[in-house]
Amino acid sequence: MGETVSEKVLARASGREEVRAGEIVKARVDVAMMPDLTTILAVRAMEAMGRDRVWDVDRVVIVLDHVAPASTLMAATIHRDIRRFAREQSLKHLYDVESGVCHQVLPERGHVKPGALIVGADSHTCTHGAFGAFATGVGSTDMGAVLATGKTWLRVPETIRVVVDGVLPEQVAPKDVILRIIGEIGADGATYNAVEFSGSTVAEMSVSGRMTLCNMAIEMGAKTGIVEPDEKTLGYLRGRTDGAFDPVWADADAEYKRVLELDVGQLELQIACPHKVDNVKPISEVAGTRIDQAFIGSCTNGRLEDLEAARSILKGRHIHPDVRLLVVPASRDVYMEALDAGIIQDLMTAGATVSNPSCGACFGGHIGLLAPGEVGLTTSNRNFRGRQGSPEAEVYLSSPAVAAASAVTGAITDPRGLR
Amino acid sequence: MSGMMLRGRAWRFGDDVNTDLIMPGKYLELVDPEEMAPHAMEGLDLGFAEKIEDGDIVVVGANFGCGSSREQAPLALKHAGVGGVVAESFARIFYRNAINVGLPALECPGVSEAVREGDTLEIDMTTGVISNEDTGARLGIDPMPDFMVEVLREGGLVPYMRKHIEEW
Repeated sequence: MGETVSEKVLARASGREEVRAGEIVKARVDVAMMPDLTTILAVRAMEAMGRDRVWDVDRVVIVLDHVAPASTLMAATIHRDIRRFAREQSLKHLYDVESGVCHQVLPERGHVKPGALIVGADSHTCTHGAFGAFATGVGSTDMGAVLATGKTWLRVPETIRVVVDGVLPEQVAPKDVILRIIGEIGADGATYNAVEFSGSTVAEMSVSGRMTLCNMAIEMGAKTGIVEPDEKTLGYLRGRTDGAFDPVWADADAEYKRVLELDVGQLELQIACPHKVDNVKPISEVAGTRIDQAFIGSCTNGRLEDLEAARSILKGRHIHPDVRLLVVPASRDVYMEALDAGIIQDLMTAGATVSNPSCGACFGGHIGLLAPGEVGLTTSNRNFRGRQGSPEAEVYLSSPAVAAASAVTGAITDPRGLR
Repeated sequence: MSGMMLRGRAWRFGDDVNTDLIMPGKYLELVDPEEMAPHAMEGLDLGFAEKIEDGDIVVVGANFGCGSSREQAPLALKHAGVGGVVAESFARIFYRNAINVGLPALECPGVSEAVREGDTLEIDMTTGVISNEDTGARLGIDPMPDFMVEVLREGGLVPYMRKHIEEW
């Protein structure tokens, strides 16, 4: 019987010939990533476990991203303590507040490799499966044990294989594909499972689009999302990493818990409606819903091609006078590339408020909160009640093109209908 | 943890209660669990931490704790005095985090039908039986992986690791 990507990565990480779904293994971690708001608890856990040094100063990556730059004294204190910790431990990889969102920074700076086991103290760590890694989110105490020993225990997940075929219609994006899949599988339909994305649509998709797919695997409860590596993956990673890859692919006769086949040749634009990510509807059912704010950014949709999609709609147009449009590039590299390409200029001319990279606007942090009664349309990953400010606000999720078109009209809008 | 028995009044919530509701993002800069505690469940019930008594039990539907990996969520519940959470099912990361911080997280299919707000429950984690003292109903808890039982018995992953770190 063949093996899934997860079984192969976890077998290697646990030093075993093979492992099977359902087994609990103790696995060696290749990269341990922590963002600012979960680091202190993890460090305290490590210390309470009786260790005062991390197991490997080259495999721990800290990114100060959630409250960047610090907007409160508490956040400033957390950042100060993290910088001290990194200095005392001689950590090799601390990305300070200028860098960007951890899930964008990690691959950009060469910390993600196919076949690797990556754990992160952030639920969207599953993003890195887009490069053929097994990447999963953990809490701070689990991370404390990883910092102390370099190992964690994991249950080898069953895998759901999602096969996506067909040529995406004009303006239909990877975000629409993953929203459609989440609507189908449900908010807990993949709990404890890995989700492997495959098929001709995924093969054609950019690395950026594959990151959007894997990023939202957690919104179905999945432990990780995975796209098997190909030339595009390796092309992206060459020049960013030392090039020593050990990729794995699923066997043709691997055992899947479920195979979901999706033809996206006629896929409509998709919107996740309040207050659950799996409350997904085709845009035709919610078009015309008035919005107060649109947000384009996050680890889901804050990359160059997302900003380019927004620019293609907004260039030569102006946002509606009753709408705020926030644009937050996912990283400093993305921001600078967008500057070079003239995208930031075009977005600001159209009326956008452009902010430095951070997670703030996505999780109700320090940027762009919604007031009671307001409606937000966002390209991020969660529309939970209260997530972006007031519990009396409503949040819809969409692709960058839909968010841009809706900012122009002041209501949820199919960009293909814009005059 | 003192033994493997829980007893307390039930507080009921529904399905898909996410960690933003259990511990809103605006409190994530807190690092002291005692300061997190007053905000437990604030997204759904503003006065929750004030109302409950030590040892009370949160009884919920499916997919409890979905969303963010924030450990502040189970920490706030524990330090607010919650003795344990019984759910139809848990989201994966919350489940690990709860056990790791020593907050019993017990899966019990049928519990949302069998328990009303305010019922007094007695839970024997050794035998895996939940007794509803108000209705007489008895329910079985899904067995936990041995390793997690061990961690819970030790009071969480920190005390567990303190003991076992050399063999880890």
